[in-house]
Amino acid sequence: MQDILNELEERRAVARLGGGERRIEAQHKRGKLTARERIELLLDEGSFEEFDMFVEHRCSEFGMGETKIPGDGVVTGWGTVNGRTVYLFAKDFTVFGGSLSETHAKKITKIQDMALQNRAPCIGLFDAGGARIQEGVAALGGYGEVFLRNVLASGVIPQISVIMGPCAGGDVYSPAMTDFIFMVKDTSYMFVTGPDVVKTVTNETVSAEELGGASVHTTKSSIADNAYDNDVEALLQMRRFIDFLPSSNLAPVPELPSFDDGERVVASLDTIIPANPNQPYDMKELIGKVVDEGDFFEIQAAFARNIVIGFGRMEGRTVGFTANQPMVLAGVLDSDASRKAARFVRFCDCFSIPLVTFVDVPGFLPGTAQEYGGLIKHGAKLLFAFAEATVPKVTVITRKAYGGAYDVMSSKHIRGDVNYAWPSAEIAVMGPKGAAEILYRSELADAGKIEQRIKDYEDRFANPFVAAERGYIDEVIVPRNTRRRISRALNMLRNKRTENPWKKHDNIPL
Amino acid sequence: MFDKILIANRGEIACRVIKTARRMGIKTVAVFSEADVRALHVDMADEAVNIGPAAAAQSYLVVDKIIDACKQTGAEAVHPGYGFLSENSAFAHALSKAGLVFIGPNPKAIEAMGDKIESKRFANAANVSTVPGYLGEINDGTEAVKIADEIGYPVMIKASAGGGGKGMRIAYSDAEVADGFMRARSEAKSSFGDDRVFIEKFIVNPRHIEIQVLGDKHGNVIHLGERECSIQRRNQKVIEEAPSPLLDAKTRKAMGEQAVALAKAVDYDSAGTVEFVAGQDRSFFFLEMNTRLQVEHPVTELVTGIDLVEQMIRVAAGETLAIKQNSLKLNGWAVESRIYAEDPYRNFMPSTGRLVSYRPPEEVSETETSVRNDTGVYEGGEISIYYDPMIAKLCTHAPTRKDAINQMADALDRFFIHGIQHNVPFLAAVMANERWRGGELATSFIDDEFPEGFDGAVASDEVKRTLVSAAAVLDHMENTRKREISGQMGGKSVQFNIERVVKLGDDWFDVTMGVTSDNSGTVIFQHSAADTPVEVRHSWVPGEPVWHGTIGEATVSVQVRRILNGFRLSHRGVEVEAHVYTRREAELARLMPVKVPPDTSKKLLCPMPGLVVSLAVDKGQEVKAGEQLCVIEAMKMENILRAERDSKVSIIHASPGDSLAVDAVIMEFE
Repeated sequence: MQDILNELEERRAVARLGGGERRIEAQHKRGKLTARERIELLLDEGSFEEFDMFVEHRCSEFGMGETKIPGDGVVTGWGTVNGRTVYLFAKDFTVFGGSLSETHAKKITKIQDMALQNRAPCIGLFDAGGARIQEGVAALGGYGEVFLRNVLASGVIPQISVIMGPCAGGDVYSPAMTDFIFMVKDTSYMFVTGPDVVKTVTNETVSAEELGGASVHTTKSSIADNAYDNDVEALLQMRRFIDFLPSSNLAPVPELPSFDDGERVVASLDTIIPANPNQPYDMKELIGKVVDEGDFFEIQAAFARNIVIGFGRMEGRTVGFTANQPMVLAGVLDSDASRKAARFVRFCDCFSIPLVTFVDVPGFLPGTAQEYGGLIKHGAKLLFAFAEATVPKVTVITRKAYGGAYDVMSSKHIRGDVNYAWPSAEIAVMGPKGAAEILYRSELADAGKIEQRIKDYEDRFANPFVAAERGYIDEVIVPRNTRRRISRALNMLRNKRTENPWKKHDNIPL
Repeated sequence: MFDKILIANRGEIACRVIKTARRMGIKTVAVFSEADVRALHVDMADEAVNIGPAAAAQSYLVVDKIIDACKQTGAEAVHPGYGFLSENSAFAHALSKAGLVFIGPNPKAIEAMGDKIESKRFANAANVSTVPGYLGEINDGTEAVKIADEIGYPVMIKASAGGGGKGMRIAYSDAEVADGFMRARSEAKSSFGDDRVFIEKFIVNPRHIEIQVLGDKHGNVIHLGERECSIQRRNQKVIEEAPSPLLDAKTRKAMGEQAVALAKAVDYDSAGTVEFVAGQDRSFFFLEMNTRLQVEHPVTELVTGIDLVEQMIRVAAGETLAIKQNSLKLNGWAVESRIYAEDPYRNFMPSTGRLVSYRPPEEVSETETSVRNDTGVYEGGEISIYYDPMIAKLCTHAPTRKDAINQMADALDRFFIHGIQHNVPFLAAVMANERWRGGELATSFIDDEFPEGFDGAVASDEVKRTLVSAAAVLDHMENTRKREISGQMGGKSVQFNIERVVKLGDDWFDVTMGVTSDNSGTVIFQHSAADTPVEVRHSWVPGEPVWHGTIGEATVSVQVRRILNGFRLSHRGVEVEAHVYTRREAELARLMPVKVPPDTSKKLLCPMPGLVVSLAVDKGQEVKAGEQLCVIEAMKMENILRAERDSKVSIIHASPGDSLAVDAVIMEFE
């Protein structure tokens, strides 16, 4: 027996070394950690249970028969984050560059199947060179198996991808189908085809960083949801992030003991709307002062900054916030902002996370660039997402709610449960000036007259009461009571139950 | 006594006057400009009158508007505060013509003391010690040299009409006098429209000490002891105290008597201040008299127990001074710190904007010790570009100077401000400065002690121990809570690892947390920065901006701002990032490469499609990080673009009125 135990320990030791000391050192030199080190950071101490540690590939071509390393380039298993179960796989760059073989893919799909069956989040840590070319079509088949499971699990369990090294070719599509992608600055990149192929095909000269680095994907393409300075920072943030997420679409949102009174009154919110209507203010201050302890996990902070999305807690329970940001482009809705928020709203709806929406929107962004870019359908995504959502929806209009954008932003008409407005709210088809100029086009030449028309329109519509008179606004609230009102509304809505008509699935304007 | 008074001022001083008036049962009227619609003084007063546009010249400085506001509200008297119209004799005249009472001295006294040469004449006549110098008109450089030779070097050449260092020159030789005279004269001409200059002895390593006087309309004048205001930056007082660590009883008496003599010479009938320049040998020379309530008056109030505003109101109403010189006793020591909206790390550049958080320390008012905070702002208020950037005057009072300073250091640690930059870290650094604590002051103190400007206080071992302890406990509290999240797997729950590592700035400390009893927050632990186990008690819960507790025997406050995976802590002027890891996390964190901040582009790009409203800089201009560069209007919103770093503008591509696309180059830097 002792011999067997010794052999087990020896085999484990070999497997844990992955590609060996030299490759581990090289990994560290690049500023990256190894797969097992990353898992240690992500999971509770000592909670990791590894599967398939001794799996090896079965390829014998191109000399592969002589090189076999236990684990085959990916470390898989499960563990806990603050006591809650998660499944994970971490590409091991020190073993065949983390490349995907048939057996490597099987290890991943085993984990995916367990995560789905047992209803717990699945997390992938990516750092790999793509398909194992020596295996040819077997590797491609492996990818397909992984993709299928990503799709089947979508909306059932949260799936998170953290890109911590190269991620190219077939490797990019699995993250692309997960709920969130996070990256590490300077050491990770993601693209379908790399700089060499780009050069051959389009004659563009571009570096890996310029083509698919973290800054590209967090600011331009919006592929990544956030980026962090290094592996440690990223993985510790993942622990924070997971604390916000329910384990599955059937599980309730996680709850933390809260030290923040739901009844807390915030007097300084009474002055957040500047006296001058053309002056912006920071919507993140409002969010920070409303959520528990000012703790807000923003998603896609660097992309389409005219809308702010992210997770916070109200009285200890997760809430998804969507808010127009007057600091950027006056908080206008454009294609990027609409897409960004729509995907977030749908995520929250999948996982029973209540939606709180702060509205200060001057409308949709006009212009050829937007129209040619398909603003109609992109804007429709957000409208669709809010309308179909059946989770509790609480909306607060702080200032402008103009035009179609008013309807889009979780309005009463698309099943907002509780719709509040601050006294500073202006709910109208458009701004007073624009409206008066259209209504009284014939008087445009007379500055005095048109001035009066603008004022008349302002007096009539630049307030929340016209909407409140129709019941479009449930109540006009004092800004300082916003946290209290939202807390109470969310408590009141905790047992909300509503269902959309049966369908195979909807047909959101993609 | 008056039924209703108007306060022709704004900010903390208006609020301070209102408080006293209210206590005396007098109704108050505030005036406000359009920029102050939401200001605290407007809210505090019984009534408020809008007196026009934001610019002071069109509102707070317009005599007629103040008089109209009095008539409109029925106010009988006006308190001018300091600054604005407080030392304007025309204003005092106009009020009396309108049948209103000026709560301040008679106009003649204002006039007599308003002119530097005039005031010296009065001083000489009243046998007040003045700096040796020549008060007559000086015609040319040769005459200037002759006079300087007689006085003895070094000498100072100064504009008669001036103030704030403009038109001021110091000369150490006759050659420098000749040159300095011409320059001072032309500067005086251009700055004040008055080219008269005078020459006087220059006091080496001087201190600024002033005597508070108080007179009534019946010929009584007393003095209320001195204040030392030597801690100045660019002639702007920053920290004041009463009494002065320099003076002995004899000098105090002599200065007081001279100040009273001068006040009597001009029939002074209100609160006023006689400023002296003092040598380190306790020689003192009259500088000027301020015929108003001084900013730093609270320190005198704290050590004398007298409300100066109340006395001003009473004497203005014709009452006889009830306080006698010989009944006056100075009690303990008081220190005042002026909290300014300025960035101490960027050469004290003014900072304006919304006060997202404003949590001053709690005020304490006891006979022996007190903490007083005179303020004109509130959380959610605005520091506007139009007025003085002072946020508050934080004062502490204790039996001894050392106690008052320690109390100030503690109060500053608790002063939490967010949204704008402020000088609290700098003030805290001064409180820890040995020379300041030793009372060895001079007006050059800040230049001497912070020759390279301020770059944050250096953490002493004691401060490091405090911060390591606080960080460990903060992390412990957050971690303990995280372990209570719902939905955990059955079985043994996850345990907190008691072996931690605190990374404080670039230093690493091993920490072993001891038995952590209950939620009352007692934590005992051993860390590598201390020899023996440390016991920490506190009541902090996640989300609170200031951590209060005891570490060992010491009671401390540490400000806490959450950052990614850690905290930014500030304490005693030290601001530092703290991360708390398990031993294994720390081991791996040490492997992470150090990132150099990315090179910010040398171009200012338009962040959104918009219209250029205005440009705040010119080609070739040096700009400081944070300085306004231009205003872009987009979607009818004005957005201010600021410099990301110190630089020089090399080319400007846009001009006001231009419509720009996203990423259009507005200007380039060198």
